[in-house]
Amino acid sequence: MQSRTFILAVLAVAAACFAAAQLVSNDYLFFAGYTVLQFIVLATAWNILGGYCGYVNFGSAAFFALGAYSTVFFHKTFQMPIPLLILVGGLVSGIVGLGMGYLTLRLRGSFFAIATLALAVVLQTLIVNWDYVGGSRGAYIIRPNTISIVGREVPYIEYLFFLMLALAVVAIITARTVERSRLGFGFATIRDDELAAEASGVPTLRLKLIATTLSGALMGMAGAPFPYYIGFLQPQSAFALDYAVNSIAMPMIGGTGSWIGPLVGAILLGTIQQVATVTISSAVNVLIVGVLLVAFVIIAPNGLVGLVQDLMRKKSR
Amino acid sequence: MTASLLQIDQVGKRFGGFVALDGINLNVAPGERLGLIGPNGSGKSTLVNCICGTLQNETGSVTFDGRKLDGLAAHQRTILGLSRSFQLPRPFHSMSVADNLRIPLLYAVKARSGSHLAADELNKHCVEYLRLVGLDHKASRRPRDLTQVEMRKLELARAMAAEPKLLIADEAMAGLSHSEIEDILKLLMELNARGITIIMIEHIMSAVMSFSQRLVVLVSGRKIADGDPAEVVRNPEVEKAYLG
Repeated sequence: MQSRTFILAVLAVAAACFAAAQLVSNDYLFFAGYTVLQFIVLATAWNILGGYCGYVNFGSAAFFALGAYSTVFFHKTFQMPIPLLILVGGLVSGIVGLGMGYLTLRLRGSFFAIATLALAVVLQTLIVNWDYVGGSRGAYIIRPNTISIVGREVPYIEYLFFLMLALAVVAIITARTVERSRLGFGFATIRDDELAAEASGVPTLRLKLIATTLSGALMGMAGAPFPYYIGFLQPQSAFALDYAVNSIAMPMIGGTGSWIGPLVGAILLGTIQQVATVTISSAVNVLIVGVLLVAFVIIAPNGLVGLVQDLMRKKSR
Repeated sequence: MTASLLQIDQVGKRFGGFVALDGINLNVAPGERLGLIGPNGSGKSTLVNCICGTLQNETGSVTFDGRKLDGLAAHQRTILGLSRSFQLPRPFHSMSVADNLRIPLLYAVKARSGSHLAADELNKHCVEYLRLVGLDHKASRRPRDLTQVEMRKLELARAMAAEPKLLIADEAMAGLSHSEIEDILKLLMELNARGITIIMIEHIMSAVMSFSQRLVVLVSGRKIADGDPAEVVRNPEVEKAYLG
């Protein structure tokens, strides 16, 4: 599919989702939908570094939290609108991603993964001890009930849902564009064999830095509206294990080879978790992720997308 | 006298207390076919890695085409025109055979020329290199579908796709049958006939002798012989190194 056609198709699907959600007119749908969309952005962002380049990042929560806390900081300091805060959150997390990449990308495999985990621990410690953004006590962001958009009063949660939907569209288009570009080819060589990539003229370090920056920026953007969504931000919620685990599990379950895998994984897992939250308890969410992850590693190591591709290949023979 | 394409001066490399390379000096002329031999652990692969930038030499210097390479990353050396094939083939498994060749064209050749290759031009180049190694009929296959000799050919084709001035073939014939060795040998000769300087690292002496214009022998990280292949193999020090 041509890039322009793809962009139009994604925009059409997003518009249809938004229209459908408005038809139901239930606030909870927007709350739940926001979470699923947020996971689409996180999973897609994780996949740029983890799936395309093969560098497993356990520090997704750190980038997400950076976006959230940059919102708290700028909300207190300058009072910016959320779209601008999303850009600022992306910028802050992107810069930290670049820095992290520069410091850690000479490490490979499990060493890199451990270093990203350490980043999350270090950042959480800093935030816990930074009073200006609430420290260990947490910070309140009072969200208005409605927002006026072109003369119409829109419920604030709808507005947040719309922003996250737009962000998901941006993340998916970015991932797909990267995947099919020269950059994406370069990323794939890093995942397949870094030595051979260098020998073929691929500037692996530069490409990995681009991946950490892009991935970090998207994660930060996903985290930026979070204080408005949750109303009370504390380190335990921003750095929650759920974000690190989900952003890895969703692409793994969907398939890490292409942009569609994280999307499928996030929709599937995110929806199951939302249903479980309502019907059982949110406490089972991580359990669901764990069980599904184990099942997929055994049944479909290449994720759902890989499984479908294998079946189609067998059928065509 | 022809200026050297590759000049290695007093190159040394240690791994902890183990001296892998001990002050190696070597000059390679443009268009030359050089054979590099030595027993296992003699430092051949370490030397190749130091030339190609996979490892950095601790002492001495490597000059290629009049430019010092010390401190340059491997991909920068590839862009300058120095290409290698690996001892064990390292294809990009997630890509098709043709896409494996597209990578050096997209990165090394583009960085060197500064111009963007159009998609059809890119395909044309890929097909040309695949035809050269006889893999054009497998362009859309994955590397896992290739035989051992085809994998070696793919490795050479990918190195060639970087359009090098110097190609280092690191044991490109290891584990191949006699007819397959002949295939690879013919291919390397053909590449040399196109003006590419080739350093062949090999254990198969018949192939080395028929290919090399000059032979260099490494033992325990030191160069013990350098000259005409027929004379070098009669060198008592070389005989001792190989036969004990």
